[in-house]
Amino acid sequence: MAAAELLSQEFELGFTYTRSTGPVVGKFLTGLRDGKVYGVRGSDGRVLVPPAEYDPVTAAPLTDFVEVGQEGRLLSWCWVSEPREAHLLQQPFAWAMVQLDGADVPMIHCLEAPSAEAVTTGARVSISWADERQGFITDIRCFTLLQGAAS
Amino acid sequence: MSEPQADVTVVKSPVYLKYRFTAGSAPARFLGRLKEGVLTGQRCPRCSNVYIPARGSCPACGVPTEKEVVLSDKGTVQSFTIVSIPIPGNPIEPPYIVANIVPDGANISFIHLLSECVNEEVHIGQRVQALWKPAAEWGYSMDNIRYFRPLDEPDVAVDRIGKLPVTGLES
Repeated sequence: MAAAELLSQEFELGFTYTRSTGPVVGKFLTGLRDGKVYGVRGSDGRVLVPPAEYDPVTAAPLTDFVEVGQEGRLLSWCWVSEPREAHLLQQPFAWAMVQLDGADVPMIHCLEAPSAEAVTTGARVSISWADERQGFITDIRCFTLLQGAAS
Repeated sequence: MSEPQADVTVVKSPVYLKYRFTAGSAPARFLGRLKEGVLTGQRCPRCSNVYIPARGSCPACGVPTEKEVVLSDKGTVQSFTIVSIPIPGNPIEPPYIVANIVPDGANISFIHLLSECVNEEVHIGQRVQALWKPAAEWGYSMDNIRYFRPLDEPDVAVDRIGKLPVTGLES
């Protein structure tokens, strides 16, 4: 048998989903568009951000929305030295677990920092909003480090 | 804010998967012959089943399949569906037929379009033949076949679908 040609080709498989948010996630995303962050209060009094649709303890629907702060504390993080194409930040950054002031659980987002050495667990961070907001999680462009003492 | 905006109720969240497909030796051979307008399969040395497109091994026996066999561009409808819903990015106007077609000489089917037919009269066991694009347009693609269309031949009994020799019904 003759040697076969080496055949190689790029292709892309796309799933063009549009998802309904439901009232809870819709409230959160509407808040982001308007430059606010909403959580929801659970049956045990904890404020969950992003808001959960159902109580993690009782499974009851949750509706007691609470606006939380736009600064918070870095609970844990992981440095990404080589961002990939799909990442929001194209410079090295950290995936960060940030507990916003007034929230009782952390949320995950990107943290912009000059280097891994500049990042410390417990650091104070602040939301950096996107220039144009549309009601999506990327309305938070990223978190940034606040200068000053870690809390 | 100048004017209040409606609440957010939907988000666009497309998923794009980017691949680079590199054909192995058996698929590359298949595609090379396809570019010449020839459908080929590979026969398993153990169970004698002929596979199209060949992957280089028999999925049932787990042994290499090295013997290439030339198949017919005539075949039999093994199953089909009438597509009534438009698919984003697909230029074909529904309703149209997508069929599993077993080419004569092979034992498994591949998926292709069926046209020049009355959709409601398409049936399992129906004989069909490939309508090829002009040879100048052939590439490494099953799109070299524009579609299959009905043949004026007797139906194949269900228990014989996928078991016809390359010579078709005449044996």
